[in-house]
Amino acid sequence: MTLTVRDLSIARGGVPVLTGVSFDLAAGTALIVRGPNGSGKTTLLRTIAGLQPPLSGQIGGAEDRIAYAAHSDGLKAMLTVTENLMFWARVFGQTQIDAALRAFALHPLANRFAGTLSAGQKRRLGLARLLVTQRPIWVLDEPTVSLDAQAVAWFAEAVQAHLGQGGAALIATHIDLGLDAPVLDVSAFRAAPGARAGASDEAFL
Amino acid sequence: MRALLIRDLSLAFRAGGGFGLGLAFFLIVTVLVPFSVGPQSALLASIAPGVLWLGALLACLLSLDRLLALDFEDGTLDLLATAPLPLEAAMTVKALAHWITTGLPLVLAAPVLGVLLNLPEQGYFWLVVSLALGTPALSVIGAFGAALTVGIKRGGLLMSLIVLPLYVPTLIFGAEAARRGAQDMDPSTPLLMLAGITAGVVALMPFASAAVLRVNLR
Repeated sequence: MTLTVRDLSIARGGVPVLTGVSFDLAAGTALIVRGPNGSGKTTLLRTIAGLQPPLSGQIGGAEDRIAYAAHSDGLKAMLTVTENLMFWARVFGQTQIDAALRAFALHPLANRFAGTLSAGQKRRLGLARLLVTQRPIWVLDEPTVSLDAQAVAWFAEAVQAHLGQGGAALIATHIDLGLDAPVLDVSAFRAAPGARAGASDEAFL
Repeated sequence: MRALLIRDLSLAFRAGGGFGLGLAFFLIVTVLVPFSVGPQSALLASIAPGVLWLGALLACLLSLDRLLALDFEDGTLDLLATAPLPLEAAMTVKALAHWITTGLPLVLAAPVLGVLLNLPEQGYFWLVVSLALGTPALSVIGAFGAALTVGIKRGGLLMSLIVLPLYVPTLIFGAEAARRGAQDMDPSTPLLMLAGITAGVVALMPFASAAVLRVNLR
């Protein structure tokens, strides 16, 4: 059940950004990832989500158990809130979206086109997607961008409830969510500058 | 898989979805050809199968850059890559949705436009058969081209350059089958070649598409 990361080295555009990252994420716990802009938080989360291969190191217990949410929410402007959510529920083999709509107070917006929502409302819909996936490990990249205080509170509640059900969460954020969670500061793992890895054309890919 | 197909189809039919773009282009090309060639019905009849096939191919090409670019921009591809659905299946479904919204309308419209080009009577059946067999290959190969160029801004030109040579065998055998049909010859050899090409690319291309897409999502 635990997500284990051992001695992970990751690169962005062929340049190593972090080396020697190790941590454990047990069921029912959360881990906050911190670090200045460009320190490799997003790359770390994308690597753990399986979107890019690590340079070296092991990631254990991530296979088919991660729900990933990043800066863009994967919403279609010409589909309604319900249709967007229902699509992701079906992709993950689920059919229930009611609880997710309720958790982020999306019921009043259920029949609106996603294209007509405000930035914060879109974000809420993007986060509601996490609930319908029914995956145990949430990997979230700056989940609270453009959320107001009320929505941040809803989000914190949703994370608490998820942890309470035995889930886990890995969250890169700069604000205090009020979670009782340890902090992983990635600037401690910064790779030596100037080092290059991979094929010479990696930067162009 | 069904959810993705239904979503892609409903997106295509809603405002701004791009359904009908290929069909309109096909219509314009085939309507304009008789004007540019002139009123020579014998000449028109002999070039009709080739013109219809070329028009269908270019119409297919026109809508390809929307196949993945929109999903890439709004982050859907990232999320799909982390979903339980294998990317190979997702690419197959997206190519199928492209064929239903672009290829199938072309197949159905071709006989109507054949009238404008004075296509000989016996050619209609074989024209429709060859297009029905060949256009799935155009969509699947096109999905590969779209996957290859998905992260590139204004990748349409590059994609056309990559995809067009891959379209050549389909065009040769498809147009040849339609031509033989129109001239009352036996079209079975080019039709079998065409069906073979389609079966081959439908079976293999989704794997190539998913592989290049994974590289592009890094």
